[in-house]
Amino acid sequence: MENRAIFSGRLLACLLVFPQLAISLIFFYWPAAQALWQSFLVQDAFGLSTEFVWFENYVNLLKTPEYYQAIGTTFFFSLLVVFFSLAFGLLLAVMANRNIAGVQIYRTFLIIPYAVAPAVASVLFIFMFQPGLGMIARALQRNGVDWNPVLNGNHAMILIVVVAVWNQISYNFLFFLAGLQSIPRSVIEAAAIDGARPMRRFWTIVFPLLSPTTFFLIIVNITYAFFNTLGIIDTATEGGPNGSTATLVYKVFLDGKAGSDLGGSAAQSVILMIIVIVLTAIQFRYVEKKVHY
Amino acid sequence: MVEHRRFGNLLPHFVLIAGVIVVAFPVYLAIIASTHDNSVIANGQMPLYPGSHGLETYWNTIMSGTGKTTREPVGGMLLSSFVMAVGIALGKIAISIISAYAIVFFDFPFRMATFWTIFITLMLPVEVRIFPTYKITSDLHMLDSYSGLILPLIASATATLLFRQFFMTVPKELVEASKMDGAGPIRFFFDTLLPLSVTNIAALFVILFIYGWNQYLWPLLITTRDDMQTIVIGIKKIIDVKDALTEWSVAMATAVLAMLPPVAVVVLLQRLFVKGLIETEK
Repeated sequence: MENRAIFSGRLLACLLVFPQLAISLIFFYWPAAQALWQSFLVQDAFGLSTEFVWFENYVNLLKTPEYYQAIGTTFFFSLLVVFFSLAFGLLLAVMANRNIAGVQIYRTFLIIPYAVAPAVASVLFIFMFQPGLGMIARALQRNGVDWNPVLNGNHAMILIVVVAVWNQISYNFLFFLAGLQSIPRSVIEAAAIDGARPMRRFWTIVFPLLSPTTFFLIIVNITYAFFNTLGIIDTATEGGPNGSTATLVYKVFLDGKAGSDLGGSAAQSVILMIIVIVLTAIQFRYVEKKVHY
Repeated sequence: MVEHRRFGNLLPHFVLIAGVIVVAFPVYLAIIASTHDNSVIANGQMPLYPGSHGLETYWNTIMSGTGKTTREPVGGMLLSSFVMAVGIALGKIAISIISAYAIVFFDFPFRMATFWTIFITLMLPVEVRIFPTYKITSDLHMLDSYSGLILPLIASATATLLFRQFFMTVPKELVEASKMDGAGPIRFFFDTLLPLSVTNIAALFVILFIYGWNQYLWPLLITTRDDMQTIVIGIKKIIDVKDALTEWSVAMATAVLAMLPPVAVVVLLQRLFVKGLIETEK
């Protein structure tokens, strides 16, 4: 970091960083340390005494089939959300990058989902997919699909994936659009003169040049699918039916809320923390260097 | 874009129109549903054009919460959401801009350590440390208060990083010139740096306002009093997926009210928002 320190007022500098440091220590480091500490403790049924048990909570966690189910659910859910939100985001960005009439109006409409809270997006879709009254649910039922996300785990999964993708498209759209606009026209024109057709030009030139954006968005989207979808899941399915839509983060929330197993919930939090740290590290390692393949 | 083909532009229009329909349809349907009577919605025969109960539904939703149950009026929730979103945005900007200022322009012991201490907070979203954070907030007697809603959510380094990056691009000569004019650190901050940062601040405000407005888990946990509830939480209590008793017109009116402020902010301030988004994340 370049040192451009010009002022030397030490007291003033300390006063300036104090609020942020204080808030970080109280609301970030302290709880993170508590989660770590708690994950090594077992509390008796009445919460009266605690015992330090090393990794017992983690071992127990890895013995429960529900935890593996949650890992599977999270993985499957994230894969679908990342793939579809990136694919649609890219498609729309490529189209909105053309010089066509009314493109600004399209762009304005396409950024709306970003502003909608995940839980509110969920409510919009529940309304359309509510069996017996929702427009899409009725259309499905007319066509012989016995649609019911309250009872059918696959239907519940489809519902939350659709909401999560809808909510995330704008974000990917904007970043892809920015990425496309930074590609020099001359490169594409040169390829066109060489006789490359649009599809070929896209896959051999444009798409590789977008790789830093794509990579960045994959990481951001995984983080989104892991953490920011809690509001969607809690509103639409509450993790059900039978845990079929309970992701890892949702399980931390459910187990901790029930309050019966603080150590287990803390152990789950710590595992999630490790996942985020790894994702963030990958992001900085590669994205900062602007991936070039 | 390179060739001139007569029908070449039809495809983008077609795809974009399809995209806009998919994106806008759920919102449109919510607006329509909020203007119809519950009985029309409940039998599944709701038309795609507005009904005549709009004013009545919105009035009831905002003022009394329909009175059928003991539900809070949505007007109060809007106020809570607004205070929280503005508090998070202004709070985060305020603490970040001064800490970034100190880190970039001051020479003090443990400068790098301070920077890293703040930087690491980028790594963990509040979701993964949620229960310990709850416990600490509760120990500090901040449950059911705006400070409890706001402070834990501003403990993150994104804004600090953005300001730091921006401050690094401020030419050294500017600082020296200002010093030669006899300006101290405080005057330099207010007279030179702050005016230069106005666009950054505005862009960040848009993003943080939406971030705050859309929060779900944290307000859900720490507000137990109904009158502290935010609208994003309130909406979940109105819909009941498991049985058919939901008053859908009220639910949809609430959804529309919950979307209105963040969507308006994003649409009106598009340019700033896009600028800020691309700067903060990259």
